[in-house]
Amino acid sequence: MGGKKSIIILLLLAAILALLPFGLPRFYTYLTALIVTMGLLATSLNFALGYGGIYQLHHGVFYGTGAYATAVMITKLGYSPWLAYIVGPLVSAALSLVMGIICIRLSKLYFGMLQISLGSLVWAIVYRWYGFTGGDDGIHGIPAPSMIGSSKGAYYFTIIVAAVAMFFMYRILRSPFGSTLQGIRDNVVRSQAIGVNVRRHQLTALVMAGFFAGVAGVLFVVVDNSVFPDMLFWTLSLEVTIMALLGGWFTFLGPMLGAAIIVLLRTFVSTVTEYWTLAMGIVLMLVILFLPEGVLGKVFEIWKSRASAEDRS
Amino acid sequence: MLEVRGLSKSFGGFLAVNKANLDVSKGEIVAVIGPNGAGKTTLFNLVTGILKPDEGQVIFKGEEITGLPAHKTCKKGITRSFQVVNIFSRLTIFENVRISVLSQQGKTYHWFRPSREFANEETGQILESVGLIKKKDNVCGALSHGDQKVLEIAIALAGKPELLILDEPTAGMSPEETARCIDLIKRLSQSLGLTILFCEHDMELVFAIAQKIMVMVRGSTIVQGSPGEVRCNQQVQDAYLGGGDVCSV
Repeated sequence: MGGKKSIIILLLLAAILALLPFGLPRFYTYLTALIVTMGLLATSLNFALGYGGIYQLHHGVFYGTGAYATAVMITKLGYSPWLAYIVGPLVSAALSLVMGIICIRLSKLYFGMLQISLGSLVWAIVYRWYGFTGGDDGIHGIPAPSMIGSSKGAYYFTIIVAAVAMFFMYRILRSPFGSTLQGIRDNVVRSQAIGVNVRRHQLTALVMAGFFAGVAGVLFVVVDNSVFPDMLFWTLSLEVTIMALLGGWFTFLGPMLGAAIIVLLRTFVSTVTEYWTLAMGIVLMLVILFLPEGVLGKVFEIWKSRASAEDRS
Repeated sequence: MLEVRGLSKSFGGFLAVNKANLDVSKGEIVAVIGPNGAGKTTLFNLVTGILKPDEGQVIFKGEEITGLPAHKTCKKGITRSFQVVNIFSRLTIFENVRISVLSQQGKTYHWFRPSREFANEETGQILESVGLIKKKDNVCGALSHGDQKVLEIAIALAGKPELLILDEPTAGMSPEETARCIDLIKRLSQSLGLTILFCEHDMELVFAIAQKIMVMVRGSTIVQGSPGEVRCNQQVQDAYLGGGDVCSV
């Protein structure tokens, strides 16, 4: 993919996103903000999964924890929302560090299994602790600062914060740290043999991924003004994993595309039939069979083969 | 430079390495030979910290490094190539070597400036010296086996080793590739003054470049000495060279 081409596409996308609230009903700005939030979450998962090769099977916990930390700080402890928006992701990062230290000694799937168990523990606490977290009701009507209180304000805040977070993740993945992380994904033994402390790098990546998941959690609070325990239930983690795989987990923007596909499917197919998961199942099977590298992975493959065909002619 | 004393390792009752001894002096090229399953690769894994020994000692430059994890033995100055190609398959040749250079320079935690601004010169020099510079932008999953083996050596060199360990560097190479690889190893020893420890099945290669040979059978060291001594050793001939009298020929 040429540098110029991608810059043009990005500028076009930015323009569309900026003008969207003026052309479409409120529901669509909400939907777009939701897609971007889920896309950010899926990208942060892919940071650990696709680039780090870490079996991050319960990523939703860090998303939910960030959202709950923010919600509780605003509604129960009475802090300023702005402060809560900053602390939320930090709480996610801290949880990610603690869970990471416990899980990182296990490899591959065992890491993921232990993470699911510990994550379910966090979910159980949130689910049971009525006084503090609202239990299975969650917390609703979380106030936002007036500046971003309107649906347009929340929309622009979400787009801008997500763009900044995406930019940082992109830069990190292309830095020496990101290269090292991809080296670990490709070959753990080789990485050790060239002097890389594999566990410490993986742990750092986990904390970063947890932080960005927490940012997505904050954005959900801004967009939806509510939190509920499902946000850190394991089925959500599974859904986010599917987004990443569907979009293309070896591409940076693939998970964002995957999130758009899943959220749109859920929104529009569920108005036709309550069996929308059936549609998702079919889409998923088609992807696994025909696009093992995901939708965006396939697009890049086609672009590449066209470019090399042009070179030859 | 490297001393191995009574090193042992067993896997579920099977003694893979049994009280092995090895001495490597600075600047030497030392070969470890032995039949398949003699424990050569396990020995290298024990020295480089990929595996932890059950007993025995590994001493490098007068310092005990027994059981040190791999990433630390690398920082002490021992790097290695692998018998089965062990590279970063989704990255290009250049990126493969750059990661190793970055690690050697302790820069793997730089997280904002892009990698392409780092270590270009050093990486280029290494690829130049092993003759892979023209293919630097190829994704290495798609390389020929011979090039992948050379890349293995390049990745190991990027760690600026004092002791370079090569596990069957020419395994699976064509005769021309083997000849080039021998040249490369000799050049590294002469121009960089590297100490090299390697194991190999190709006896021609072993006797062509090794200054000292250690023979391993069933995990134990049988003999260690100059190529001449090893060739004439009765035990070696019985165990390995087929029992014929090679010396008088």
